[in-house]
Amino acid sequence: MSFFEVVRFALRGLSANKLRSALTMLGILIGVAAVILLVAVGNGSAKAISDRIEALGTNTITVMSSGGGGGGSSTAKLTPEIADALIDPTLAPDVASVSPVVSSSATLTYEGTDHDVTSFVGTTAGWFTASNTPVGTGAGFTADDEAQARRVVVIGQTVAEELFPGVDPIDKQVTVSGALFTVVGVLKEKSSTGFQDSNDTAVAPLSAVREVLTGYGSINSILVEATDPGKVDAVQSEVTTILNQQLKVDATSGSTSTPYRIQNASQLLETQTETADTFTTLLGAVAAISLLVGGIGITNIMLVTVTERTREIGIRKALGAPRRVILTQFLIEATLLSVLGGALGVAAALIGSSFTIVGVKPVIVPSSVGLALGVSIAIGLFFGGLPASRAARLRPIDALRYE
Amino acid sequence: MSKPVLDVRELRKIYGTGEATVHALRGVSLTVERGDYVAIMGSSGSGKSTLMNILGALDVPTSGQYLLDGVDVSRLADRQLALARNRLIGFIFQAFNLIPRTSAVANVELPLAYAGVKPKERRRRAMAALDVVGLADRAKHEPNQLSGGQQQRVAVARALVTEPALLLADEPTGNLDSRSTDDVLEVFDQLSLAGRTIVIITHETEVGDRAKRLIRLVDGSIVLDRRQAPVLSAAGRHSL
Ligand SMILES: Nc1ncnc2c1ncn2[C@@H]1O[C@H](COP(=O)(O)OP(=O)(O)OP(=O)(O)O)[C@@H](O)[C@H]1O
Ligand SMILES: [Mg+2]
Repeated sequence: MSFFEVVRFALRGLSANKLRSALTMLGILIGVAAVILLVAVGNGSAKAISDRIEALGTNTITVMSSGGGGGGSSTAKLTPEIADALIDPTLAPDVASVSPVVSSSATLTYEGTDHDVTSFVGTTAGWFTASNTPVGTGAGFTADDEAQARRVVVIGQTVAEELFPGVDPIDKQVTVSGALFTVVGVLKEKSSTGFQDSNDTAVAPLSAVREVLTGYGSINSILVEATDPGKVDAVQSEVTTILNQQLKVDATSGSTSTPYRIQNASQLLETQTETADTFTTLLGAVAAISLLVGGIGITNIMLVTVTERTREIGIRKALGAPRRVILTQFLIEATLLSVLGGALGVAAALIGSSFTIVGVKPVIVPSSVGLALGVSIAIGLFFGGLPASRAARLRPIDALRYE
Repeated sequence: MSKPVLDVRELRKIYGTGEATVHALRGVSLTVERGDYVAIMGSSGSGKSTLMNILGALDVPTSGQYLLDGVDVSRLADRQLALARNRLIGFIFQAFNLIPRTSAVANVELPLAYAGVKPKERRRRAMAALDVVGLADRAKHEPNQLSGGQQQRVAVARALVTEPALLLADEPTGNLDSRSTDDVLEVFDQLSLAGRTIVIITHETEVGDRAKRLIRLVDGSIVLDRRQAPVLSAAGRHSL
């Protein structure tokens, strides 16, 4: 009997039991699709987190005053002078740029239209590159603008849309807290990093913002850019040394309560990625359980039909089928079911992954496809093949009497 | 004289253990020559089916020897056993044993498929066999769409389709009316005339009368083994 004939027998066997075949395939399909999709969702959310953090710039650190103000430790007053002190080729050779930042909310007015921005930023010209916030149309302000305290402003996309619908905002004048600012550029659209609209912002020279809005008190933060993403940690220790000098902090005593705080984007990225990895593992475990449950379902269906199939095997043996032919037929049946079910599961997962699931765009992990397919095919082969091989070994009369 | 087709010596079959032990066969010895037509009769539970299953190489005896065409069956490997069941023996079960959800013609084709016959030829011969038992018009029906008697005739067709040298039938007419019984017995008479060996189990004396030899089984032992002149079939008598 040729192999081709055995395949035809297997196909006939499958079509003779359509409901059973369909249920088995459905079980495998759901198991495989669940594993691939859940892992993809986990992976997608991890990717989204790291993308957001990378958008902040991984080669920068941010110095802030420790804010709390509670306890005994004093809160440092960050000033532009401290920022200037950080530009020191000998003490801090890895610092590429330093941008002092002040920020406050403000109301922008243009021809009677008001718009409140949550963060009106005052900084220096280097901030645009350091903070990974490129200018889209027009230009950023220059170091000269900052030195002269010229009232120029670069606005975000949201501000441009609100104040200048259908109008080119460049060279228009907006009123901020009684002072006129000239719009010189519009920021490139930025993907939002969470709940805040990062396009609802305006950036102006530090000197001008202090003059008009915030006054000459302390500044909010200092953005320090490293020459290279790998030098971030070096920059952090250099900056710490200078700050301790400037703020007269005794590095040897209570180091737990420094009056300033340093946020390191790459550290943030690391912890966030770890969290995301845990999340992915968790989802993977849930998925593995669903694959297991699917597998038990398949096993159940296969076992329920074992009595009937065993009798059938008895008949076939009595009619002169050798053990090998019977085994081949039943293995092909099991393989077809699990491979077809698995392939449909992968297809379902691929289709499903093109949709956004609970706010996450799933990103398929190739190894999860292989794993899910492998496990489902193994389950199908094992539980399809095992009863068949047992029955094929029985004497025909015992197989016929099986109950 | 060539060696007998069937040669069993001191066959014993014991089912179960301890309290529930059943001695289904208690030392049966029997030889059947080529071309013989043997009817085995006996009350229910006397071990007829047990003997037949062993003769059909579907079961093995607890002790005793079975030579099929001079070959000791207990020494055959799975492949050779399969070959013997397929080429040499046509077996008709008491309980039909058709494959469910599979058409009558596909059921009849099955032994031919395992014999490696090409699909076209297979279909032709299966249809011819169904025609012999008068079921050509039911070829596409599945077992659960056939009456008991029709299922039995499909089982007969399946046993005949390979033209086996040895036909073993376990109550092949148990579910048939007198007309269908006559049709099937007519087929057996033809096969016997063509020189094939037939062993048939039956409860009906008119079926037993058609055979050349009658064996009576009581409680797992042969109590009667008699040659007889076969009674001609009704159809045969009319044609004379
Ligand atoms: N698998 C089995 N396990 C235990 N006992 C069995 C088994 N098969 C048959 N028997 C017993 O062996 C004895 C002979 O059974 P067998 O089927 O050969 O009877 P039979 O002559 O064919 O009867 P019937 O005319 O009713 O078909 C019976 O007493 C039966 O109970
Ligand atoms: Mg019986």
